[in-house]
Amino acid sequence: MRVSEVSRSDPEQLLRQVQAEESKQKRARLKIFLGYASGVGKSYRMLDEARRRHERGEDVVIGAVQDRQSEEVQALLGKLEVVPPLPTSGGQVVDVEAILRRRPQVSVIDPLACDNPPGSRNRHRWQDVEELLRGGISVLTSINLLHIEEFRERIEEVTGKHTTETIPKAFLLAADEIVVVDVPPDLALARTGEKFTPTGISTDQERQLSELRELALLLTAEVVEAQLESYLRAHGIEPLFGTHERILVCITPRSDAMAMIASGERNKERFHGELFVVYVRQPNLSAEDQAAVDRYLTAAREAGASVEILGSSDPTAAIIEFARRNRITQIFIGHSLRRNWRDRLLGDPVQQLIRSADGMDVRVFPH
Amino acid sequence: MPERDATRRGSLKIYLGYAAGVGKTFQMLADGHAAVQRGTDLVVAYFEPHARPDTIARAQGLEMVPHRKIEYRGSVFEEMDTEAVLLRKPQVALVDELAHTNVPGSERGKRWEDVQVLLDAGLEVWTTVNVQHIESLNDQIWQITGIRVRETVPDWVVKQAAEIIAVDLTPEALLNRLKRGAVYDRQLVQKALDGFFKESNLGALRELTLREAAHEVEVRQSVYDETSGLQASRIPESRPREAAREQGRERILIHVTADPSTAMLIRRGRRIADYLHGDCLALFVHQTPQFSDLPPEEREAVEKHLHFARNLQIETRILQGHDIAETVVEFARRNQVTQIYVARPQARFWQRLLGGNFVEDIVRMAQDLQITVVADRSRRQAS
Repeated sequence: MRVSEVSRSDPEQLLRQVQAEESKQKRARLKIFLGYASGVGKSYRMLDEARRRHERGEDVVIGAVQDRQSEEVQALLGKLEVVPPLPTSGGQVVDVEAILRRRPQVSVIDPLACDNPPGSRNRHRWQDVEELLRGGISVLTSINLLHIEEFRERIEEVTGKHTTETIPKAFLLAADEIVVVDVPPDLALARTGEKFTPTGISTDQERQLSELRELALLLTAEVVEAQLESYLRAHGIEPLFGTHERILVCITPRSDAMAMIASGERNKERFHGELFVVYVRQPNLSAEDQAAVDRYLTAAREAGASVEILGSSDPTAAIIEFARRNRITQIFIGHSLRRNWRDRLLGDPVQQLIRSADGMDVRVFPH
Repeated sequence: MPERDATRRGSLKIYLGYAAGVGKTFQMLADGHAAVQRGTDLVVAYFEPHARPDTIARAQGLEMVPHRKIEYRGSVFEEMDTEAVLLRKPQVALVDELAHTNVPGSERGKRWEDVQVLLDAGLEVWTTVNVQHIESLNDQIWQITGIRVRETVPDWVVKQAAEIIAVDLTPEALLNRLKRGAVYDRQLVQKALDGFFKESNLGALRELTLREAAHEVEVRQSVYDETSGLQASRIPESRPREAAREQGRERILIHVTADPSTAMLIRRGRRIADYLHGDCLALFVHQTPQFSDLPPEEREAVEKHLHFARNLQIETRILQGHDIAETVVEFARRNQVTQIYVARPQARFWQRLLGGNFVEDIVRMAQDLQITVVADRSRRQAS
C-alpha cells in the first residue's frame, strides 16, 4: 500500500509512536523461518542467523535442535552454546527452566512443531516458546508448512505425509518476524536425499512441491500484510493503496448481479485478493425487486464476499466512501441501457461514479 | 510463454527480491556451489564488482569469466563479456542484475538482451532481479514508494523463466544490514533510510514480491497441467481455477491514444490479462484519412505506445474511423473482446460540454461489452 506520512503534531499520536518503537526494542521477539517442505534449508538459515548474532555480541544459546543434521548445520552448531534438553522417554523436551535461569538474549528452539511427552511442563513446544518470550527471551525457530493446522489436511492430500504435531496459524500471524525460505524444488529434494527419477526430478513431485511453495509464499504475504497494517496504524499513517486486489461489486435489483459477483469471485481467486459486495438501500422496492436483492446478497456471501448494506440518499458518495475506507482497487458497477428522466436531469450515476473514483478502476457491466 | 525449441534453448532461473541487500546474489552463489558439487559445469558470467564482502566471499571457488572493460567519457565500466561466455560454453551461467543498462558502446543496450543471447545458445542462465524492475508493476511501485524506477525488464522476460525463487529477508534485518553499512556505502545509508528504505515501503514491496512469486509459481502449475494432461493430486482450494476455465477466456482490448496515461493502461491490461489467463490486444483509431496525416507529435507518441505494447507481447492494430468510440466497439465485437480498457476521462468541465466525453459514449455504445475505466496510477493521489 502506498502511504502518506502524516505530519500532524498530535501528541497522542507521537506518544503512540514512541511507545511502539520502545516496546519493539525491549520486548522479546519471535522470529520464524517458514519452509514449504523439508530440505529447503530452514534450519540452516536460522542457525546462520544465530551465528551472526553471536558474532555481533548477542548472547545466544541453543535450546533445541533437530536430531538429524547436515554437516553444514553441524559446523554452525559447534560455535554456539547449548542448554541441553531434558531427556525423557518420549523424546527431547526444551529445558524451559534452565534457559530462563541462564537468561540469554536469544534462544534457538528448532523445530517449533513438536508435542511434548505426557507429564511435561507444557503439552506443546510452542507453549514453551511462549513462556520464554514472556520471560524476556527472544526466540528463533523454524516450521514446515505441513505443521500448520489450517494447511494440514490439504498438504496430506497432496503429499500423503501425515502429522499430528501442528501449530495454529494465529501463532504465526502473531510472530514479530517471519521469513519464507524458498529454494528450487530439485534442490530441496536433493538435500533430503529423496530418490530422483533417471531424468532428474519427476514432474509429479515438482507439481506437488510447487503447490506447497505457492501456499508458503501466500501465507507469508498475508503475515507481512498484517504486520504492515499494524505498523502503519501504530505510526498514524493512512494507507491509501492496496498492495493486492480488493474488488467491490455494487449491486442493484435490476443489475446483472450474478455475473458481476461471479466475475468478482474469479478475480478474487486469481489475485488472491478480497471481495466486497455492497447494496445501497433503495426506498419503496417492489416485492419482486426485494427478492432479487436478497438472492444476490446470498450469492455474494456464498462467494466469500464481505457484504454490506448501506443507507444513503447519495448512493455514489456512499459507494466512494466505502471504497476509500476499504482501499478498493476495482469497482464493478452495472449500467442500465435505458436512461430514465432522473438520469437525464441529474446526470448518469455511472458517469458520476467514474468521475469520483479517483485511484480505482471502474468496470461497467451493461444490463 | 513464448515459442521456443525446448531441446536447444537454455532455461532461465530468476532470484526475485524486493530491495538491494536482501541476499539474492548470495543465495544464487550458494546454489551455484551446490550445483558444482553435483558435477554441473557452472561459471559466474557477471558479478557486481562492488558487491558486499559476504557476497564476495561466497563467490570464492566458483569459476569467473573476466568482465569486458569499456571506456566511456573517460571512465572505465565493466560489463558482462557475452562473447567470452559463449566461447567458454558452460552448462550454467550466473548473471547478476538482470535489469542493468549497459554502458553506451556495448553491443546490446540491456543486460536482459545479453541473457537472451546466452539462452539462445543453449546455456542455462541464473539471474537476479528486484520486483520493482518488472515493467507492469512500474506504476504500482510509484504509487507505493513515490519512486519511479527507470530500469525495467519486460514481463515476458520474467515469464519465460522456468523457475522463480523468492529471496526473503525481513525489513528489520535489511535495515540492520543497511545501518551497519553492509549493503551501501555508509554515506549513502542515511539518504537511503529517508527514501526508498522506509520500513513501510519495504513491507509493501516485500508483500508484492511474495505475491508475485506465488503467482509465477501458480502460472507454471497451470502450464504443467495443460501440457501433461495428467491430473496431479490437487489441493481442494484450487477448484475455482477449473470453474474459471469454464467461463471462457477473458479478452482485453486496450484503447491506445497519444495521452501519456496509455503506458499505464497497457501495463495494467497486460497484468490483469496475465492473472486471468486471458489475451490482450491494443488498438489505435485515427480520424484522419491516413495514419501519417496525424500531427508528428501525436504520431510519435502513438507509435511509442504501440511499440511498448508489442514489447509486452500485446498484438496491436491501427484503424481509421470517423467515430472513435464506434470503431473501437465494432472492432471489439468482431474480435470476441470481453472488456475494453480506457483511460479516465479528463475532469475538465468544458471538455464534457463540448460533447467530447469518449468514456460516456463508449459506455453507452458497448451494450454487450464491459468497459473498464482504469485508474490513473501514473499519477500519485493527493491525500
